[in-house]
Amino acid sequence: MAEVRAEMVANVWKILVSEGGVVEEGDTLVILESMKMEIPVVAEDAGTVSKLHVNEGDVVQEGDLIAVIE
Amino acid sequence: MLDSVLVANRGEIARRIIRTVRGMGLRAIAVHSEADADLPFVREADDAVLLGPANPAQSYLDVDKVLQAARTTGAQAIHPGYGFLAENAAFARAVIDAGLAWIGPDPKAIEQMGDKINARNLMESAGVPVAAGTREPVSDLAQAERAAEEIGFPVMVKAAGGGGGIGMGVARDAESLAKAFEQACRAAARFGGEPAILLERYIERARHVEVQILGLADGTVVALGERDCSVQRRHQKVVEESPSPGVSPELRERMLAAAVRAGEAVAYRGAGTVECLVDADAQDFVFLEMNTRLQVEHPVTELVTGLDLVEHQIRIAAGETYSLEPRVNGHAIEFRVYAEDPRRFLPGPGKIGVWEEPAGEGVRIDSGYAAGNTVTPFYDPLMAKLCVAGATREEALERGREAVAAFRIEGPKNNLPFCAELLDHPEFVSGNYDTGLVSRMRKA
Repeated sequence: MAEVRAEMVANVWKILVSEGGVVEEGDTLVILESMKMEIPVVAEDAGTVSKLHVNEGDVVQEGDLIAVIE
Repeated sequence: MLDSVLVANRGEIARRIIRTVRGMGLRAIAVHSEADADLPFVREADDAVLLGPANPAQSYLDVDKVLQAARTTGAQAIHPGYGFLAENAAFARAVIDAGLAWIGPDPKAIEQMGDKINARNLMESAGVPVAAGTREPVSDLAQAERAAEEIGFPVMVKAAGGGGGIGMGVARDAESLAKAFEQACRAAARFGGEPAILLERYIERARHVEVQILGLADGTVVALGERDCSVQRRHQKVVEESPSPGVSPELRERMLAAAVRAGEAVAYRGAGTVECLVDADAQDFVFLEMNTRLQVEHPVTELVTGLDLVEHQIRIAAGETYSLEPRVNGHAIEFRVYAEDPRRFLPGPGKIGVWEEPAGEGVRIDSGYAAGNTVTPFYDPLMAKLCVAGATREEALERGREAVAAFRIEGPKNNLPFCAELLDHPEFVSGNYDTGLVSRMRKA
Protein backbone atom coordinates (compact mmCIF):
# COMPACT_ATOMS: atom_id res chain seq x y z
CA MET A 1 0.00 0.00 0.00
CA ALA A 2 1.31 3.45 -0.91
CA GLU A 3 0.04 6.74 0.38
CA VAL A 4 0.21 9.70 -1.99
CA ARG A 5 0.53 13.02 -0.19
CA ALA A 6 0.58 16.69 -1.20
CA GLU A 7 4.04 18.27 -1.28
CA MET A 8 2.71 21.81 -0.79
CA VAL A 9 -0.33 23.95 -0.16
CA ALA A 10 -2.33 23.73 -3.39
CA ASN A 11 -5.70 23.68 -5.03
CA VAL A 12 -6.89 20.36 -6.53
CA TRP A 13 -7.40 21.33 -10.16
CA LYS A 14 -8.11 18.00 -11.89
CA ILE A 15 -8.60 14.41 -10.82
CA LEU A 16 -7.63 11.97 -13.56
CA VAL A 17 -8.33 8.64 -11.86
CA SER A 18 -11.23 7.12 -9.96
CA GLU A 19 -11.46 4.74 -7.02
CA GLY A 20 -10.95 1.19 -8.20
CA GLY A 21 -8.97 2.33 -11.23
CA VAL A 22 -5.73 0.58 -12.18
CA VAL A 23 -2.63 2.76 -12.55
CA GLU A 24 0.88 2.19 -13.87
CA GLU A 25 4.01 3.64 -12.30
CA GLY A 26 4.34 7.26 -13.46
CA ASP A 27 0.64 7.74 -14.28
CA THR A 28 -0.72 11.14 -13.30
CA LEU A 29 -3.36 10.76 -10.57
CA VAL A 30 -4.24 14.36 -9.82
CA ILE A 31 -3.15 17.78 -11.07
CA LEU A 32 -2.65 20.32 -8.32
CA GLU A 33 -2.40 24.02 -8.88
CA SER A 34 -0.35 26.34 -6.71
CA MET A 35 0.98 29.80 -7.48
CA LYS A 36 -0.15 29.65 -11.12
CA MET A 37 1.67 26.38 -11.69
CA GLU A 38 0.20 22.98 -12.56
CA ILE A 39 1.80 20.25 -10.49
CA PRO A 40 1.05 16.68 -11.60
CA VAL A 41 0.94 14.12 -8.79
CA VAL A 42 2.10 10.77 -10.16
CA ALA A 43 1.85 7.19 -8.97
CA GLU A 44 5.21 5.94 -7.70
CA ASP A 45 4.12 2.32 -8.08
CA ALA A 46 1.63 0.40 -10.18
CA GLY A 47 -1.57 -0.71 -8.43
CA THR A 48 -5.22 -0.02 -7.79
CA VAL A 49 -6.53 3.28 -6.47
CA SER A 50 -8.26 2.06 -3.31
CA LYS A 51 -9.17 5.47 -1.92
CA LEU A 52 -9.27 9.07 -3.18
CA HIS A 53 -9.21 11.63 -0.39
CA VAL A 54 -9.72 14.82 -2.44
CA ASN A 55 -12.27 16.40 -4.75
CA GLU A 56 -11.68 18.92 -7.53
CA GLY A 57 -11.59 22.40 -6.03
CA ASP A 58 -10.36 21.25 -2.61
CA VAL A 59 -7.44 23.02 -0.96
CA VAL A 60 -4.78 20.62 0.33
CA GLN A 61 -2.09 21.44 2.89
CA GLU A 62 1.48 20.14 2.75
CA GLY A 63 1.40 16.50 3.83
CA ASP A 64 -2.33 15.96 3.26
CA LEU A 65 -3.33 12.54 1.96
CA ILE A 66 -4.44 12.62 -1.69
CA ALA A 67 -4.87 8.94 -2.55
CA VAL A 68 -4.04 5.41 -1.47
CA ILE A 69 -2.75 2.89 -3.99
CA GLU A 70 -2.70 -0.85 -3.26
CA MET B 1 -2.16 66.81 -14.20
CA LEU B 2 -3.88 63.93 -12.44
CA ASP B 3 -4.50 63.95 -8.70
CA SER B 4 -5.17 60.26 -7.99
CA VAL B 5 -4.25 56.83 -9.34
CA LEU B 6 -5.92 53.49 -8.62
CA VAL B 7 -3.47 50.58 -8.80
CA ALA B 8 -5.26 47.51 -10.15
CA ASN B 9 -2.73 44.96 -8.95
CA ARG B 10 -1.22 43.36 -5.85
CA GLY B 11 2.03 42.43 -4.12
CA GLU B 12 5.39 43.97 -4.91
CA ILE B 13 4.31 45.76 -8.10
CA ALA B 14 1.30 47.45 -6.47
CA ARG B 15 3.55 48.59 -3.64
CA ARG B 16 6.22 49.87 -6.04
CA ILE B 17 3.67 51.85 -8.11
CA ILE B 18 2.05 53.29 -4.97
CA ARG B 19 5.50 54.50 -3.83
CA THR B 20 5.94 56.59 -7.00
CA VAL B 21 2.32 57.78 -7.08
CA ARG B 22 2.62 59.10 -3.53
CA GLY B 23 6.09 60.48 -4.25
CA MET B 24 4.57 62.57 -7.04
CA GLY B 25 2.14 64.03 -4.51
CA LEU B 26 -0.84 62.09 -5.93
CA ARG B 27 -3.39 60.03 -3.99
CA ALA B 28 -2.77 56.27 -4.32
CA ILE B 29 -5.71 53.87 -4.18
CA ALA B 30 -5.16 50.15 -3.68
CA VAL B 31 -7.61 47.38 -4.51
CA HIS B 32 -7.20 43.95 -2.96
CA SER B 33 -8.64 40.51 -2.37
CA GLU B 34 -9.58 39.10 1.03
CA ALA B 35 -6.37 37.03 1.00
CA ASP B 36 -4.21 40.14 0.57
CA ALA B 37 -5.82 42.43 3.18
CA ASP B 38 -2.73 42.41 5.44
CA LEU B 39 -0.07 43.02 2.78
CA PRO B 40 2.07 46.19 2.80
CA PHE B 41 0.64 47.57 -0.48
CA VAL B 42 -2.82 47.83 1.11
CA ARG B 43 -1.45 49.56 4.20
CA GLU B 44 0.74 52.01 2.30
CA ALA B 45 -1.99 53.29 -0.05
CA ASP B 46 -4.04 56.36 0.86
CA ASP B 47 -7.25 54.42 0.23
CA ALA B 48 -7.93 50.71 -0.14
CA VAL B 49 -10.97 48.91 -1.54
CA LEU B 50 -11.76 45.23 -0.96
CA LEU B 51 -12.70 43.65 -4.30
CA GLY B 52 -13.70 40.14 -3.23
CA PRO B 53 -12.43 36.62 -2.52
CA ALA B 54 -8.92 35.33 -3.20
CA ASN B 55 -9.83 33.80 -6.56
CA PRO B 56 -8.51 36.34 -9.12
CA ALA B 57 -11.66 35.95 -11.26
CA GLN B 58 -13.68 37.36 -8.36
CA SER B 59 -11.20 40.09 -7.43
CA TYR B 60 -8.22 41.33 -9.49
CA LEU B 61 -9.68 40.14 -12.81
CA ASP B 62 -13.21 41.44 -12.17
CA VAL B 63 -13.46 44.49 -14.46
CA ASP B 64 -16.77 45.72 -13.00
CA LYS B 65 -15.50 45.60 -9.43
CA VAL B 66 -12.29 47.46 -10.30
CA LEU B 67 -14.22 50.18 -12.16
CA GLN B 68 -16.68 50.43 -9.27
CA ALA B 69 -13.77 50.91 -6.86
CA ALA B 70 -12.47 53.73 -9.08
CA ARG B 71 -15.88 55.42 -9.01
CA THR B 72 -16.41 55.18 -5.27
CA THR B 73 -12.93 56.51 -4.50
CA GLY B 74 -12.97 59.23 -7.17
CA ALA B 75 -9.83 57.88 -8.85
CA GLN B 76 -8.81 59.74 -12.00
CA ALA B 77 -6.53 57.13 -13.52
CA ILE B 78 -5.86 53.38 -13.42
CA HIS B 79 -2.42 51.77 -13.44
CA PRO B 80 -2.72 48.03 -14.19
CA GLY B 81 0.82 46.92 -13.22
CA TYR B 82 1.73 43.67 -15.02
CA GLY B 83 -0.31 40.47 -15.39
CA PHE B 84 -4.02 40.43 -14.39
CA LEU B 85 -5.76 43.10 -16.55
CA ALA B 86 -2.61 44.85 -17.82
CA GLU B 87 -2.81 43.47 -21.36
CA ASN B 88 -6.60 43.24 -21.57
CA ALA B 89 -7.63 45.64 -24.35
CA ALA B 90 -11.33 45.43 -23.38
CA PHE B 91 -10.45 46.57 -19.85
CA ALA B 92 -8.31 49.43 -21.18
CA ARG B 93 -11.28 50.54 -23.34
CA ALA B 94 -13.68 50.27 -20.39
CA VAL B 95 -11.35 52.48 -18.31
CA ILE B 96 -11.22 55.12 -21.07
CA ASP B 97 -15.00 54.90 -21.65
CA ALA B 98 -15.53 55.51 -17.93
CA GLY B 99 -13.75 58.84 -18.39
CA LEU B 100 -10.57 57.75 -16.59
CA ALA B 101 -6.98 58.01 -17.72
CA TRP B 102 -5.52 54.62 -18.71
CA ILE B 103 -1.86 54.36 -17.73
CA GLY B 104 -0.83 52.23 -20.66
CA PRO B 105 -0.76 52.20 -24.44
CA ASP B 106 -3.74 52.65 -26.75
CA PRO B 107 -6.02 49.56 -26.49
CA LYS B 108 -5.46 49.01 -30.22
CA ALA B 109 -1.70 48.55 -29.63
CA ILE B 110 -2.49 46.02 -26.86
CA GLU B 111 -4.68 44.09 -29.30
CA GLN B 112 -2.17 44.21 -32.14
CA MET B 113 0.61 42.87 -29.93
CA GLY B 114 -1.51 40.53 -27.79
CA ASP B 115 -1.99 38.07 -30.62
CA LYS B 116 1.50 36.67 -31.10
CA ILE B 117 0.86 35.66 -34.71
CA ASN B 118 -0.44 39.09 -35.65
CA ALA B 119 2.45 40.75 -33.79
CA ARG B 120 5.00 38.64 -35.61
CA ASN B 121 3.53 39.47 -39.03
CA LEU B 122 3.28 43.17 -38.16
CA MET B 123 6.91 43.28 -37.01
CA GLU B 124 8.09 41.53 -40.16
CA SER B 125 6.40 44.22 -42.29
CA ALA B 126 7.96 46.96 -40.10
CA GLY B 127 11.41 45.60 -40.95
CA VAL B 128 12.04 43.91 -37.58
CA PRO B 129 13.70 40.48 -38.02
CA VAL B 130 11.51 37.48 -37.03
CA ALA B 131 12.23 33.74 -36.73
CA ALA B 132 10.91 31.36 -39.37
CA GLY B 133 7.43 30.36 -38.26
CA THR B 134 3.71 30.12 -38.97
CA ARG B 135 1.94 33.23 -40.32
CA GLU B 136 -1.57 31.78 -39.72
CA PRO B 137 -2.91 30.19 -36.52
CA VAL B 138 -2.46 26.42 -36.38
CA SER B 139 -5.53 24.65 -35.00
CA ASP B 140 -4.86 20.92 -35.34
CA LEU B 141 -1.96 18.51 -34.99
CA ALA B 142 -1.81 17.59 -38.69
CA GLN B 143 -1.32 21.27 -39.56
CA ALA B 144 1.29 21.57 -36.80
CA GLU B 145 3.19 18.57 -38.22
CA ARG B 146 3.22 20.08 -41.71
CA ALA B 147 4.36 23.45 -40.32
CA ALA B 148 7.13 21.84 -38.25
CA GLU B 149 8.41 19.98 -41.32
CA GLU B 150 8.53 23.22 -43.25
CA ILE B 151 10.23 25.24 -40.49
CA GLY B 152 12.52 22.38 -39.48
CA PHE B 153 12.95 20.89 -35.97
CA PRO B 154 13.47 21.96 -33.23
CA VAL B 155 10.43 24.21 -33.03
CA MET B 156 8.91 26.26 -30.22
CA VAL B 157 5.16 25.68 -29.81
CA LYS B 158 3.10 28.36 -28.06
CA ALA B 159 -0.43 29.60 -27.58
CA ALA B 160 -0.95 32.78 -29.67
CA GLY B 161 -2.78 34.46 -26.78
CA GLY B 162 -0.53 33.15 -24.00
CA GLY B 163 2.10 34.85 -21.94
CA GLY B 164 4.61 34.43 -19.16
CA GLY B 165 5.97 31.19 -20.57
CA ILE B 166 2.78 29.27 -19.74
CA GLY B 167 1.92 26.67 -22.35
CA MET B 168 5.21 26.99 -24.21
CA GLY B 169 7.18 23.92 -25.19
CA VAL B 170 10.07 22.85 -27.41
CA ALA B 171 9.49 19.99 -29.85
CA ARG B 172 12.48 18.16 -31.31
CA ASP B 173 10.55 15.52 -33.29
CA ALA B 174 7.01 14.49 -34.29
CA GLU B 175 6.44 12.69 -30.99
CA SER B 176 7.39 15.62 -28.75
CA LEU B 177 5.46 17.91 -31.13
CA ALA B 178 2.22 16.09 -30.29
CA LYS B 179 2.89 16.58 -26.59
CA ALA B 180 3.87 20.24 -26.91
CA PHE B 181 0.87 20.91 -29.15
CA GLU B 182 -1.53 19.34 -26.66
CA GLN B 183 0.03 21.35 -23.81
CA ALA B 184 -0.26 24.62 -25.77
CA CYS B 185 -3.93 23.85 -26.62
CA ARG B 186 -4.67 23.20 -22.95
CA ALA B 187 -3.05 26.51 -22.00
CA ALA B 188 -5.00 28.32 -24.75
CA ALA B 189 -8.25 26.83 -23.43
CA ARG B 190 -7.42 27.98 -19.91
CA PHE B 191 -6.88 31.56 -21.13
CA GLY B 192 -10.41 31.22 -22.49
CA GLY B 193 -9.16 31.88 -26.00
CA GLU B 194 -9.33 30.13 -29.35
CA PRO B 195 -6.96 27.19 -29.77
CA ALA B 196 -4.68 29.34 -31.97
CA ILE B 197 -1.17 27.91 -31.84
CA LEU B 198 2.03 29.38 -33.19
CA LEU B 199 5.12 27.43 -34.23
CA GLU B 200 8.52 29.06 -34.56
CA ARG B 201 12.03 27.91 -35.26
CA TYR B 202 13.67 27.27 -31.90
CA ILE B 203 17.13 28.74 -31.51
CA GLU B 204 19.40 26.56 -29.37
CA ARG B 205 21.73 28.34 -26.98
CA ALA B 206 19.92 31.63 -27.47
CA ARG B 207 19.95 34.56 -25.10
CA HIS B 208 16.70 36.25 -24.22
CA VAL B 209 17.34 39.98 -24.55
CA GLU B 210 14.66 42.65 -24.47
CA VAL B 211 14.63 46.37 -25.17
CA GLN B 212 12.75 48.81 -22.93
CA ILE B 213 10.96 51.46 -24.94
CA LEU B 214 9.05 54.56 -23.93
CA GLY B 215 6.51 56.10 -26.31
CA LEU B 216 6.31 59.80 -25.44
CA ALA B 217 3.15 61.90 -25.61
CA ASP B 218 4.37 63.66 -28.78
CA GLY B 219 4.60 60.34 -30.62
CA THR B 220 8.37 59.82 -30.51
CA VAL B 221 9.63 56.45 -29.26
CA VAL B 222 12.89 56.19 -27.31
CA ALA B 223 14.84 53.04 -26.34
CA LEU B 224 16.20 52.79 -22.77
CA GLY B 225 18.79 50.10 -23.35
CA GLU B 226 18.35 46.34 -23.07
CA ARG B 227 17.91 43.70 -20.37
CA ASP B 228 19.31 40.20 -20.56
CA CYS B 229 16.77 37.72 -19.18
CA SER B 230 18.47 34.44 -20.09
CA VAL B 231 18.44 32.96 -16.58
CA GLN B 232 15.13 31.09 -16.83
CA ARG B 233 13.41 28.05 -15.39
CA ARG B 234 10.32 26.66 -17.15
CA HIS B 235 10.65 29.52 -19.68
CA GLN B 236 10.16 32.01 -16.85
CA LYS B 237 12.72 34.60 -15.86
CA VAL B 238 14.62 34.38 -12.60
CA VAL B 239 17.48 36.87 -13.00
CA GLU B 240 17.83 39.86 -15.33
CA GLU B 241 20.68 42.26 -15.98
CA SER B 242 21.42 45.42 -17.91
CA PRO B 243 23.41 45.88 -20.06
CA SER B 244 23.51 42.38 -21.57
CA PRO B 245 27.01 40.87 -21.38
CA GLY B 246 26.29 39.01 -24.64
CA VAL B 247 25.46 41.94 -26.89
CA SER B 248 28.16 43.89 -28.75
CA PRO B 249 27.81 47.67 -29.23
CA GLU B 250 27.07 47.11 -32.91
CA LEU B 251 24.30 44.55 -32.18
CA ARG B 252 22.90 46.80 -29.44
CA GLU B 253 22.57 49.66 -31.90
CA ARG B 254 20.63 47.45 -34.34
CA MET B 255 18.37 46.02 -31.61
CA LEU B 256 17.51 49.41 -30.12
CA ALA B 257 16.74 50.82 -33.58
CA ALA B 258 14.50 47.81 -34.36
CA ALA B 259 12.67 48.22 -31.03
CA VAL B 260 11.99 51.87 -31.82
CA ARG B 261 10.60 50.82 -35.25
CA ALA B 262 8.44 48.19 -33.49
CA GLY B 263 7.00 50.84 -31.17
CA GLU B 264 6.43 53.29 -34.01
CA ALA B 265 4.61 50.62 -36.04
CA VAL B 266 1.85 50.52 -33.40
CA ALA B 267 2.03 54.23 -32.39
CA TYR B 268 3.15 53.07 -28.96
CA ARG B 269 2.61 55.28 -25.95
CA GLY B 270 4.08 54.69 -22.49
CA ALA B 271 6.39 51.90 -21.30
CA GLY B 272 6.69 48.76 -23.40
CA THR B 273 9.17 45.95 -23.96
CA VAL B 274 10.32 44.39 -27.20
CA GLU B 275 11.51 40.85 -26.45
CA CYS B 276 14.08 39.27 -28.74
CA LEU B 277 16.14 36.11 -29.01
CA VAL B 278 19.83 36.70 -29.56
CA ASP B 279 22.19 34.24 -31.19
CA ALA B 280 25.32 35.28 -29.30
CA ASP B 281 27.73 33.44 -31.61
CA ALA B 282 26.30 35.00 -34.75
CA GLN B 283 25.61 38.34 -32.98
CA ASP B 284 22.16 38.41 -34.54
CA PHE B 285 18.59 38.63 -33.20
CA VAL B 286 14.93 37.94 -33.96
CA PHE B 287 11.73 39.47 -32.54
CA LEU B 288 9.93 37.29 -30.00
CA GLU B 289 7.01 39.36 -28.71
CA MET B 290 6.13 42.76 -27.38
CA ASN B 291 4.79 43.30 -23.87
CA THR B 292 2.50 46.31 -23.77
CA ARG B 293 2.96 47.13 -20.10
CA LEU B 294 5.47 47.72 -17.34
CA GLN B 295 7.74 44.68 -17.03
CA VAL B 296 8.54 42.85 -13.79
CA GLU B 297 12.25 43.48 -14.34
CA HIS B 298 11.94 47.24 -15.07
CA PRO B 299 14.08 48.14 -11.98
CA VAL B 300 17.33 47.14 -13.71
CA THR B 301 16.61 49.71 -16.40
CA GLU B 302 15.76 52.29 -13.74
CA LEU B 303 19.05 51.58 -11.97
CA VAL B 304 21.22 52.09 -15.07
CA THR B 305 19.28 55.06 -16.54
CA GLY B 306 18.34 56.84 -13.31
CA LEU B 307 14.77 57.18 -14.62
CA ASP B 308 11.58 56.25 -12.73
CA LEU B 309 9.57 54.39 -15.37
CA VAL B 310 6.33 54.54 -13.40
CA GLU B 311 6.65 58.31 -13.12
CA HIS B 312 7.12 58.55 -16.89
CA GLN B 313 4.12 56.26 -17.50
CA ILE B 314 1.97 58.59 -15.40
CA ARG B 315 3.28 61.80 -16.98
CA ILE B 316 2.78 60.40 -20.49
CA ALA B 317 -0.75 59.20 -19.63
CA ALA B 318 -1.50 62.69 -18.32
CA GLY B 319 -0.51 64.05 -21.74
CA GLU B 320 2.60 65.88 -20.60
CA THR B 321 4.94 66.57 -23.53
CA TYR B 322 8.68 66.51 -23.09
CA SER B 323 11.72 65.02 -24.76
CA LEU B 324 14.11 62.48 -23.30
CA GLU B 325 17.70 61.52 -24.09
CA PRO B 326 18.32 58.44 -21.98
CA ARG B 327 21.87 57.40 -21.04
CA VAL B 328 22.96 54.09 -19.58
CA ASN B 329 25.52 54.10 -16.74
CA GLY B 330 27.00 51.16 -14.85
CA HIS B 331 25.47 47.73 -14.46
CA ALA B 332 22.40 46.37 -12.63
CA ILE B 333 21.14 42.87 -11.82
CA GLU B 334 17.75 41.74 -10.49
CA PHE B 335 17.12 38.49 -8.63
CA ARG B 336 13.50 37.39 -8.38
CA VAL B 337 12.97 36.01 -4.91
CA TYR B 338 10.34 33.32 -5.44
CA ALA B 339 8.47 31.27 -2.83
CA GLU B 340 9.77 28.01 -4.24
CA ASP B 341 12.30 25.36 -3.37
CA PRO B 342 15.77 26.10 -4.78
CA ARG B 343 16.35 22.61 -6.25
CA ARG B 344 13.24 21.72 -8.25
CA PHE B 345 11.61 25.18 -8.20
CA LEU B 346 8.27 23.86 -6.96
CA PRO B 347 5.94 26.32 -5.19
CA GLY B 348 6.28 26.59 -1.42
CA PRO B 349 3.76 29.07 -0.01
CA GLY B 350 3.55 29.63 3.75
CA LYS B 351 3.47 32.07 6.63
CA ILE B 352 6.47 34.40 6.91
CA GLY B 353 8.16 34.18 10.32
CA VAL B 354 11.32 36.13 9.57
CA TRP B 355 11.74 38.71 6.80
CA GLU B 356 14.93 40.77 6.94
CA GLU B 357 15.88 42.68 3.82
CA PRO B 358 19.48 43.56 3.01
CA ALA B 359 20.47 47.21 2.61
CA GLY B 360 23.58 49.03 1.46
CA GLU B 361 25.09 50.95 -1.40
CA GLY B 362 23.63 49.94 -4.75
CA VAL B 363 20.97 47.67 -3.21
CA ARG B 364 17.27 48.09 -4.02
CA ILE B 365 14.52 45.78 -2.77
CA ASP B 366 11.01 45.78 -4.26
CA SER B 367 9.09 43.46 -1.96
CA GLY B 368 5.44 42.58 -1.56
CA TYR B 369 5.60 41.05 1.89
CA ALA B 370 6.74 41.60 5.48
CA ALA B 371 7.17 39.40 8.56
CA GLY B 372 3.80 38.06 9.72
CA ASN B 373 2.28 37.99 6.20
CA THR B 374 1.24 34.75 4.54
CA VAL B 375 2.29 33.87 1.00
CA THR B 376 -0.84 32.16 -0.33
CA PRO B 377 -1.13 29.64 -3.19
CA PHE B 378 -3.58 31.85 -5.14
CA TYR B 379 -1.09 34.09 -6.95
CA ASP B 380 2.34 33.91 -8.58
CA PRO B 381 5.31 33.01 -6.36
CA LEU B 382 7.19 36.35 -6.62
CA MET B 383 7.83 37.63 -3.08
CA ALA B 384 10.43 40.29 -3.80
CA LYS B 385 12.95 41.55 -6.32
CA LEU B 386 16.47 42.01 -5.02
CA CYS B 387 18.30 44.47 -7.27
CA VAL B 388 21.92 45.50 -7.16
CA ALA B 389 23.81 48.13 -9.13
CA GLY B 390 27.49 48.93 -9.51
CA ALA B 391 29.88 50.82 -11.74
CA THR B 392 30.84 47.53 -13.40
CA ARG B 393 29.31 44.04 -13.73
CA GLU B 394 31.95 42.71 -11.30
CA GLU B 395 30.92 45.25 -8.67
CA ALA B 396 27.24 44.41 -9.18
CA LEU B 397 27.99 40.67 -8.82
CA GLU B 398 29.89 41.27 -5.59
CA ARG B 399 27.07 43.40 -4.16
CA GLY B 400 24.66 40.68 -5.27
CA ARG B 401 26.59 38.03 -3.30
CA GLU B 402 26.56 40.16 -0.16
CA ALA B 403 22.88 41.10 -0.48
CA VAL B 404 21.72 37.52 -1.18
CA ALA B 405 23.65 36.30 1.86
CA ALA B 406 22.14 39.04 4.05
CA PHE B 407 18.50 38.46 2.98
CA ARG B 408 16.79 36.36 5.67
CA ILE B 409 13.43 34.72 4.99
CA GLU B 410 11.92 32.03 7.19
CA GLY B 411 8.59 30.35 6.58
CA PRO B 412 7.89 29.90 2.89
CA LYS B 413 10.44 28.04 0.80
CA ASN B 414 12.59 30.47 -1.16
CA ASN B 415 15.12 30.41 -3.98
CA LEU B 416 17.81 32.58 -2.33
CA PRO B 417 20.14 29.52 -2.15
CA PHE B 418 19.73 29.19 -5.92
CA CYS B 419 20.66 32.88 -6.37
CA ALA B 420 23.80 32.33 -4.26
CA GLU B 421 24.68 29.24 -6.32
CA LEU B 422 24.20 31.19 -9.56
CA LEU B 423 26.44 34.03 -8.36
CA ASP B 424 29.29 31.53 -7.97
CA HIS B 425 28.60 29.63 -11.18
CA PRO B 426 31.48 30.13 -13.66
CA GLU B 427 29.17 30.37 -16.65
CA PHE B 428 27.01 33.11 -15.10
CA VAL B 429 30.02 34.94 -13.68
CA SER B 430 31.72 34.92 -17.12
CA GLY B 431 28.63 36.51 -18.66
CA ASN B 432 28.74 33.96 -21.47
CA TYR B 433 25.48 32.09 -20.75
CA ASP B 434 22.19 31.35 -22.47
CA THR B 435 18.63 30.26 -21.64
CA GLY B 436 19.79 26.68 -21.05
CA LEU B 437 21.91 27.67 -18.04
CA VAL B 438 19.48 26.74 -15.24
CA SER B 439 18.63 23.33 -16.67
CA ARG B 440 22.36 22.60 -17.11
CA MET B 441 22.91 23.58 -13.44
CA ARG B 442 20.20 21.15 -12.36
CA LYS B 443 21.35 18.24 -14.53
CA ALA B 444 24.83 18.30 -13.02
